[in-house]
Amino acid sequence: MQFMLLFSRQGKLRLQKWYVPLSDKEKKKITRELVQTVLARKPKMCSFLEWRDLKIVYKRYASLYFCCAIEDQDNELITLEIIHRYVELLDKYFGSVCELDIIFNFEKAYFILDEFLLGGEAQETSKKNVLKAIEQADLLQENFSSQSPHNCLSTP
Amino acid sequence: MPAVSKGDGMRGLAVFISDIRNCKSKEAEIKRINKELANIRSKFKGDKALDGYSKKKYVCKLLFIFLLGHDIDFGHMEAVNLLSSNKYTEKQIGYLFISVLVNSNSELIRLINNAIKNDLSSRNPTFMCLALHCIANVGSREMAEAFAGEIPRILVAGDTMDSVKQSAALCLLRLYKTSPDLVLMGEWTSRVVHLLNDQHMGVVTAAISLITCLSQKNPDEFKTCVSLAVSRLSRIVSSASTDLQDYTYYFVPAPWLSCKLLRLLQCYPPPEDGAVKGRLVECLETILNKAQEPPKSKKVQHSNAKNAILFEAISLIIHYDSEPNLLVRACNQLGQFLQHRETNLRYLALESMCTLASSEFSHEAVKTHIETVINALKTERDVSVRQRAADLLYAMCDRSNAKQIVAEMLSYLETADYSIREEMVLKVAILAEKYAVDYSWYVDTILNLIRIAGDYVSEEVWYRVIQIVINRDDVQGYAAKTVFEALQAPACHENMVKVGGYILGEFGNLIAGDPRSSPLVQFNLLHSKFHLCSVPTRALLLSAYIKFINLFPETKSTIQEVLRSDSQIRNSDVELQQRAVEYLKLSSIASTDVLATVLEEMPPFPERESSILAKLKKKKGPGAVSNHLLKTRKACLTDIKGISTPSPSADLLGLRAGPPVTAAAPSAGSLLVDVFSEAGVNDDGFLRFVCKNNGVLFENQLLQIGIKSEYRQNLGRMYLFYGNKTSVQFVTFTTTLNVQAKPVEPLIEGGAQVQQVINIECLTDFSDAPLLNIKFRYGGALQNLTLKLPVTINKFFQPTEMASHDFFQRWKQLSLPQQEAQKIFKANHAMDTEVLKAKLLGLGMALLENVDPNPENFVCAGVIQTKAQQVGSLLRLEPNAQAQMYRLTVRSSKDTVSKRLCELLAEQF
Repeated sequence: MQFMLLFSRQGKLRLQKWYVPLSDKEKKKITRELVQTVLARKPKMCSFLEWRDLKIVYKRYASLYFCCAIEDQDNELITLEIIHRYVELLDKYFGSVCELDIIFNFEKAYFILDEFLLGGEAQETSKKNVLKAIEQADLLQENFSSQSPHNCLSTP
Repeated sequence: MPAVSKGDGMRGLAVFISDIRNCKSKEAEIKRINKELANIRSKFKGDKALDGYSKKKYVCKLLFIFLLGHDIDFGHMEAVNLLSSNKYTEKQIGYLFISVLVNSNSELIRLINNAIKNDLSSRNPTFMCLALHCIANVGSREMAEAFAGEIPRILVAGDTMDSVKQSAALCLLRLYKTSPDLVLMGEWTSRVVHLLNDQHMGVVTAAISLITCLSQKNPDEFKTCVSLAVSRLSRIVSSASTDLQDYTYYFVPAPWLSCKLLRLLQCYPPPEDGAVKGRLVECLETILNKAQEPPKSKKVQHSNAKNAILFEAISLIIHYDSEPNLLVRACNQLGQFLQHRETNLRYLALESMCTLASSEFSHEAVKTHIETVINALKTERDVSVRQRAADLLYAMCDRSNAKQIVAEMLSYLETADYSIREEMVLKVAILAEKYAVDYSWYVDTILNLIRIAGDYVSEEVWYRVIQIVINRDDVQGYAAKTVFEALQAPACHENMVKVGGYILGEFGNLIAGDPRSSPLVQFNLLHSKFHLCSVPTRALLLSAYIKFINLFPETKSTIQEVLRSDSQIRNSDVELQQRAVEYLKLSSIASTDVLATVLEEMPPFPERESSILAKLKKKKGPGAVSNHLLKTRKACLTDIKGISTPSPSADLLGLRAGPPVTAAAPSAGSLLVDVFSEAGVNDDGFLRFVCKNNGVLFENQLLQIGIKSEYRQNLGRMYLFYGNKTSVQFVTFTTTLNVQAKPVEPLIEGGAQVQQVINIECLTDFSDAPLLNIKFRYGGALQNLTLKLPVTINKFFQPTEMASHDFFQRWKQLSLPQQEAQKIFKANHAMDTEVLKAKLLGLGMALLENVDPNPENFVCAGVIQTKAQQVGSLLRLEPNAQAQMYRLTVRSSKDTVSKRLCELLAEQF
């Protein structure tokens, strides 16, 4: 996968993840172009389209569009399910996720994504394992809000 | 699950985000952001040291502002400070900021790398993962330099936690993609491959992406992964849906891993080991069988996951292209999907079938779905699906269904989306040419194309129809008649006028007998379009007019009047004015004979690859098209190569002064540069040298290669002269010969020439000429050219004089069937005795007079000198002037020599 974009029906970008090096200018251009293209498509249309030399796989969940750019030999259907699994993860973590959750907790959305996909490839597809990792991190931040782990370990 | 508004929530951040959301206008938003930026800046610059929490909060705000699309030019240092915080959340936000906003500020990178290094060696798995995620997200070269050596160690170490292994594998993949030279697997290779056997499914899922990428680049080193992948796949495919617990997705066991395994196998040919192959075929059959089973869930996720595996399995089957049974089953399965109610499946089925169409095993099976595909082209509501249907029709087209498919594509073209029209036009033109049984159908199709989608008919397409009409005399009359009729439409496309002007200018005489299309009627019809046309078309029409004067003397005065009019002879366009003046003068001073010679019918175009094909390939160059399609297209395109194809030159009438465009010369920037043919061998010049030793071997707009050569016994010396025809220097000029040669100067100044000497020794007889590869840079562009060096076996002939009696005695001695080679062929050149004699002498044999009882015949004798042996050869050439044919017979003491001489000579007369 080359990148993933989340944007609203109004065309507002909510999350962007780039797995290939691109300049900021290029990223903005791509985003503009794709948001426009995808929003212009009608509901019953197919979820795949050819775009430049990539394939775009997108799906709408409520007010949010999830849009992935994959390479020629990548599998469209499994990418569609990558999107779905990510939505499930967000849903489970936030409890009935909505767009607002992603706006106000954008950093969490990024953290969850990093546990699930890394470098554009599925790292861990088990829902349980991903959420366990995030939970552990959340626990860490609660435990260490007053003390750092290093202090714990190094002080006798 | 912990609620969201947890203790770590940054209230200040939430307030800020709310403020932004409440902004009524863009201006208000920018104002709010600028206020916040000023605030953060002052906090960062303030005297009071910020605590970790505040730093985190402000860095997070900056990140939010950046993600809104605003530029952020400060805060990096604070983010880097967070990296070395002991608090997990601070560290985490620091890493996130760096991952999103990294720039190649070397000072910072050093600090970041330092922090990463500390976390990697912390032995704290959560910290290690954060650091690895950051490397994977940034993936810069500096990071590769710092960590590419360390990460493989982490990946294979026995005590590394599973989650860290997963991150390490994908982190390494990212580094390999950006800096493959820095990621050296070496000693780790086998341990990495064995991660496919890991107990933890997540580790396998992550590692296989890395292994696949590495296998593509180093297939040999990683080939042990094939059998491991097959056994892993087999275990998953045969497992019950509950066996894999959380790795089962909507009742489908490990769909992601299955797809990745099938993808990895596509990096390799079918397994050689029978047992492995059997197991794999079994897996593929199981996957195909499962597609027929009733779904275990109505959820689309279930069917998507299942079908994702199915499509990947079909890709593998197509990749192997060796199991007819599986190919046909795949095709049937896709056939079912063609009518599925899910648009996504119809789309993928069309796409996948495109590649099946190019397999000999499944081509026929694909063809049975033609009606469904045509229907899809007509009724699909989504243009991207229609595009796939059009691609598939193109891929499944052959002689049996070409007329139907071309007709459907033509009718689709009338309503086709603008975005795909040009490509459709090219495809229709190619199919029409490739499968034309009668050329009148071809002409009709192309004229229809111009009528329906004139704007999208590129020059190559109309050049091509003219080339074909010129080269095929059986269609010229029909073409003239059809184009004449087409021009009578009140509004016709300019491309039609171009074709019309050219064809009537050449072949208008073929329909002039009919009073409805008499010469004057033809002329008036063409001229009625003149004022509506652009300059290039007008120029072409002027050329057509002068051709009319030659074809039909009765139109001379009318046309001269037109040429003489101010709007022509004083036209502000230089080209038009020049043509008008020159043609007027030519028509008034030249005698009929001279006129007839100058304006003679165009000779047939030399045959070469279709220019429209090159155009389609170029349009759909490697960067612009999916491999699947490219494969199909290539498959379709390769067999078209046999078709004759003249090259279009800018001025079809060839009357225009200027450097001649050499037919075979791929020139920089020319439309005809064929993107795929660069590796092809240019042997146009080769055959010209069979009977001579000196001359120009190759010439294009950049480069001229001249040859001087001399031979004695079995030795030869060849001088190659490379002339730069441009005013710019060629740099890094290299030539490689598949035999040894002295190096040539690497630089050729504009207008200059360099020389290369090749010494040749003939060791034994041979058929293949040595290949000379030439590479150089002109401007920025790399030019690559491969030529056959004209070294042929006959160069080593020693002529042998002998009397009639001796000749026939030896002739009889060489009577074994394989010693003789014979060819009967049509004369390509005038059958002039003196020319023939000169050529035979150039061949290197002795031309024996008064030997053959028939004085029309030629006989020759010679001995080929090779280091290994001497090969005596006798030759007899019998011209038949009446039939314009020759019979050539060669007898030699060695069969391969007879054969080769015969082949070489058959092209010479």
